[in-house]
Amino acid sequence: MSLQKITEVKGQGIYVPGDEIDTDRIIPARFMKCVTFDGLGEYLFYDVRKNEDGSDKQHPLNDERFKSASILLTGANFGCGSSREHAPQAIYRYGFRGIVAESYAEIFFGNCTTLGIPCFVVTKDDIKSIADAVEADPSVEIELDVANERIRFGEQSVTAVVRDTARKALIAGRWDMIGELREAADTVSEVVGKLPYMSK
Amino acid sequence: MFCGLNFKTSNAMGKSLFEKVWDAHTVRSLSNGQTQLLIGTHLIHEVTSPQAFGMLRDLGLKVAYPHRTFATVDHIVPTDQRIEPFADPLADAMIKELRKNCEEFGVTFFDIPSGKQGIVHVVGPEQGITQPGTTIACGDSHTSTHGAFGAIAFGIGTTQIRDLLATQTMALTKLKVRQIKVNGKLGPGVYAKDVILHIIRQLGVNGGTGYAYEYAGEVFENFSMEERMTVCNMSIEGGARVGYVNPDEKTFAYLKGRPYSPQGAAWDAAVESWKAVASDPDCQYDDVVEIDAADIAPTVTWGINPAQAITVQESVPSVDQVPEDEKAITAEALEYMKLAPGQPIKGTKVDVCFIGSCTNGRLSDFEEAAKHLAGHQVAPGVKAIAVPGSQVVDAICKEKGIDQVFRAAGFEWREAGCSMCLAMNPDKLIGDQLSASSSNRNFKGRQGSPTGRTVLMSPVMVAAAAIKGVISDSREVFDIKETADV
Repeated sequence: MSLQKITEVKGQGIYVPGDEIDTDRIIPARFMKCVTFDGLGEYLFYDVRKNEDGSDKQHPLNDERFKSASILLTGANFGCGSSREHAPQAIYRYGFRGIVAESYAEIFFGNCTTLGIPCFVVTKDDIKSIADAVEADPSVEIELDVANERIRFGEQSVTAVVRDTARKALIAGRWDMIGELREAADTVSEVVGKLPYMSK
Repeated sequence: MFCGLNFKTSNAMGKSLFEKVWDAHTVRSLSNGQTQLLIGTHLIHEVTSPQAFGMLRDLGLKVAYPHRTFATVDHIVPTDQRIEPFADPLADAMIKELRKNCEEFGVTFFDIPSGKQGIVHVVGPEQGITQPGTTIACGDSHTSTHGAFGAIAFGIGTTQIRDLLATQTMALTKLKVRQIKVNGKLGPGVYAKDVILHIIRQLGVNGGTGYAYEYAGEVFENFSMEERMTVCNMSIEGGARVGYVNPDEKTFAYLKGRPYSPQGAAWDAAVESWKAVASDPDCQYDDVVEIDAADIAPTVTWGINPAQAITVQESVPSVDQVPEDEKAITAEALEYMKLAPGQPIKGTKVDVCFIGSCTNGRLSDFEEAAKHLAGHQVAPGVKAIAVPGSQVVDAICKEKGIDQVFRAAGFEWREAGCSMCLAMNPDKLIGDQLSASSSNRNFKGRQGSPTGRTVLMSPVMVAAAAIKGVISDSREVFDIKETADV
């Protein structure tokens, strides 16, 4: 399967502050009553973005200045909690193509990589610098350089970490693993043969 | 022929259970440096699997090893009545989709009429599908529950469910192993739930990122299988994707004679291999944490993540008291929970009491709560519901009259499912109701209302809150003076 090689992502940024933003907050459970991921983007951060009558709350995603943002800046342990892929699917379908945070929860990180969303790790101070630049000028272009683990914005740049396994997969265009996993069917049956509990 | 797998390590350096199981299931290294790992047992449910089957269809693929995937329906099922079609058309579409997928792809489905339906993490163990030395995955973060049997069990996303259906393998990065030893004896009224809330409070919600947790020490040796499951279940709330306990005689006794357990000569061979899969005494851990059981008291959460926990005798913290990097989230939690800094958590009014979930919805949870509930009444104005984790749990509770104790006390006794743990069915909080809950997450909006508030605690503590109408110390309410043998 040939996939896009993701070496860099460019776009405008939006800062959604907060640590421990869990997947229930990213996509509340009631919106998972669906058999496809279509349309999930609409419900991204729904309960912190909307009042119960459907009107807008004050939230960066409701701010006109950031409507065309495609890079999400946030805090520590982003995506903790449930393993629901509905969370990164909602992020992707809303229009985000890259995330910059202090740290990520394990399962969420893997789910993002599988969808081709690079997750950059930078320090709290550097997130603040990028967020300040975005606040001062929402149109500033942020460039996430996956291959070189750098983030450039305006005249500035900061170093970042993109976990090795994710970086290699993204730049090689092998972030969706199914093709590679299917290549080893024979070895899989050998391993299966050694495990008694796998027998019929 | 069914024979035990040889897990014995011959080299000088011992291995942990995690390493032994990882090695036995390794297929190969992948181009990105990850490992292609065989996942022997795949559990699925209606919420995270339909898209994966859809992707499989799009790619024209079949399920590679259909006899190793097991399905049940738990998240969306109503718990008041089971007549189909369900009142909620979306929920009804989901159960029908799962039924169709299982039929088309040849997957065993513990459907409602089977009498074996329930929360996937309750069903796997009680059917004997969960076994030591195996790898398990499920599109649900609480899959770590199965680690109680000495399995390595991962919560995964939907694309990985597709990978697993198509190949029985997935791409994973090897975890480090932290041994968490809890030695000593738990005090009266202190349960497995308190142990895991205490651990998460100590190590933080992301303290386990990159680690598998191996739970060990006298407390775990003395724990029943169900208590071990409660602890392993919440590993992910501490950031650890995997949590496990080394298998022992209790594990084998639990599994003997279950529908999917090996039988006859195969049983003896399996037990031999299960004994060998336990961590070697001389293995090296990446980290070791020691906790004294005497330091653990009945614990409740006060905030919006499971690490924001205190003992029931403590007061809610103030922003000034917490370290710099916790100030923002402490302020956010106090505001959301509508609690005043410094106020004792004991005495906080509760609106809803919920006993159930994959954390605490098993027989011993209801049995222990019923023991104390007998002869008491739920306080006026409190809605109290008990939701068995599976139809099997429900049937045994009914056989033993446990449901009657709950009903007599004023609880509603419901049908099996996830229910108010995440409120994907009609069981939800309303407005800013405060819930005393035996579930696993106190996130904002978790129990179905965007402003609803959750306080996590053990089932016996929920029972105490239900009777008093306020958060209470169950040791005082029920005069608990001895440690329970759960």
